[in-house]
Amino acid sequence: MALSQADVLAGIKEIVEEVAGIPAASIELDKNFTDDLEVDSLSMVEVVVACEERFGVKIPDEKVTELATVGDAVNFIVNAAA
Amino acid sequence: MSKVIASKTGSESQILAVGSYRPKRLVPNSEIVDRIESSDEWIQQRTGIESRRFADDSETLLDMATWAAEDALKNAKLSITDIDTLIVATITFPFQAPSAATAILQRLGHPKAAAFDINAACAGFSYGVSMAHDFIKSGTSKTVLVVGAEKISDFTDPNDRATAFIFADGAGAVVIGASQETGIGPVEWGSDADSRDAIQMNPSWIEVRDVETQLTKAGSKWPNIAQEGQKVFRWAVFSMSKAANKALESAGLTVNDLDVFIPHQANIRIIESMAKEMNMPDSVVIADDVRTNGNTSAASIPLAMDALLKKQPELHGKLALLIGYGAGLVYAGQVVKLPPKP
Repeated sequence: MALSQADVLAGIKEIVEEVAGIPAASIELDKNFTDDLEVDSLSMVEVVVACEERFGVKIPDEKVTELATVGDAVNFIVNAAA
Repeated sequence: MSKVIASKTGSESQILAVGSYRPKRLVPNSEIVDRIESSDEWIQQRTGIESRRFADDSETLLDMATWAAEDALKNAKLSITDIDTLIVATITFPFQAPSAATAILQRLGHPKAAAFDINAACAGFSYGVSMAHDFIKSGTSKTVLVVGAEKISDFTDPNDRATAFIFADGAGAVVIGASQETGIGPVEWGSDADSRDAIQMNPSWIEVRDVETQLTKAGSKWPNIAQEGQKVFRWAVFSMSKAANKALESAGLTVNDLDVFIPHQANIRIIESMAKEMNMPDSVVIADDVRTNGNTSAASIPLAMDALLKKQPELHGKLALLIGYGAGLVYAGQVVKLPPKP
């Protein structure tokens, strides 16, 4: 199932707010999870698992460290779902 | 016609008593942070750990295991001669053979019982409880002592930023004996052996030996514990909450029937996320011994059980879900009735 970038971004905003308590309004494509949003490595795992469930994609452990920004995650998920 | 082989049958089993030994030296985060360029706040946020205990030279793995066993026997009002089987779960006994179990029996003054060590890392205690139950149920054993003991500080690199603040030392023990009612539910256990690399002690003893004899060989080091934090966190939270639910289901129970949850004390974030994932009601008391005593691998569940019963004696005899998980990756969980008041 093809997912739009906007849909995935909206979903990630909700997930990051729920998991890490970061207001959805401050989450944008160019934000770095660690440096800008202060999502630590363990919360990142929870974000990834929530994304897998929501978007029906698989994000392997070795890929998680490559997802530096929100945009990286959006692109990975859009491509994986395509 | 040839003769048939006779067999035995046993009974249900229960935990009769728990005992523990914690090393004297409490090590706050402030003693650890400089070597790993970290901070108390960083460690607490990611693990919940404020302090841990490290054993000194007067507290060897065998000392701690023996003292925890003596404490459990005293609480069970039994003597070592009542024990016919000793199972020791450990990954830090620094001798290949003979076992820690036989050394502990000898120290306890009854070198006759069946005795052996098991290696199921942080799941070792739950594996031991399951085996003890099955031995009693089959009639193989009548009264089993299960000890979880670790001196992980001997196998931890104090400069490793990923592990130096997590692991700790200690020993816990339970006495398991026959009972009329089911005191130990069916085990839910298994492994994810494709993730053997996620938590490991490297190099092998063979490599250590070769380095000793060829001092010039580069890249050598002691077999310290190492782990891939994110991979282990994901497995622990999401796979282990499923395994824990299966253990409840096998016992014919749901989270709403539980009084206490005692998962392996790996990291408070894992514990809290597991509880959330399982929709654990607020009424369930959740063990958090990791906060002050760190991750003691195979010793963590009995240590946490003993601490909880000392703090909240009304929990004696209540229903508790145990789940151990660790290097392998391997896991085992079961519902138990907590031991009665000594």
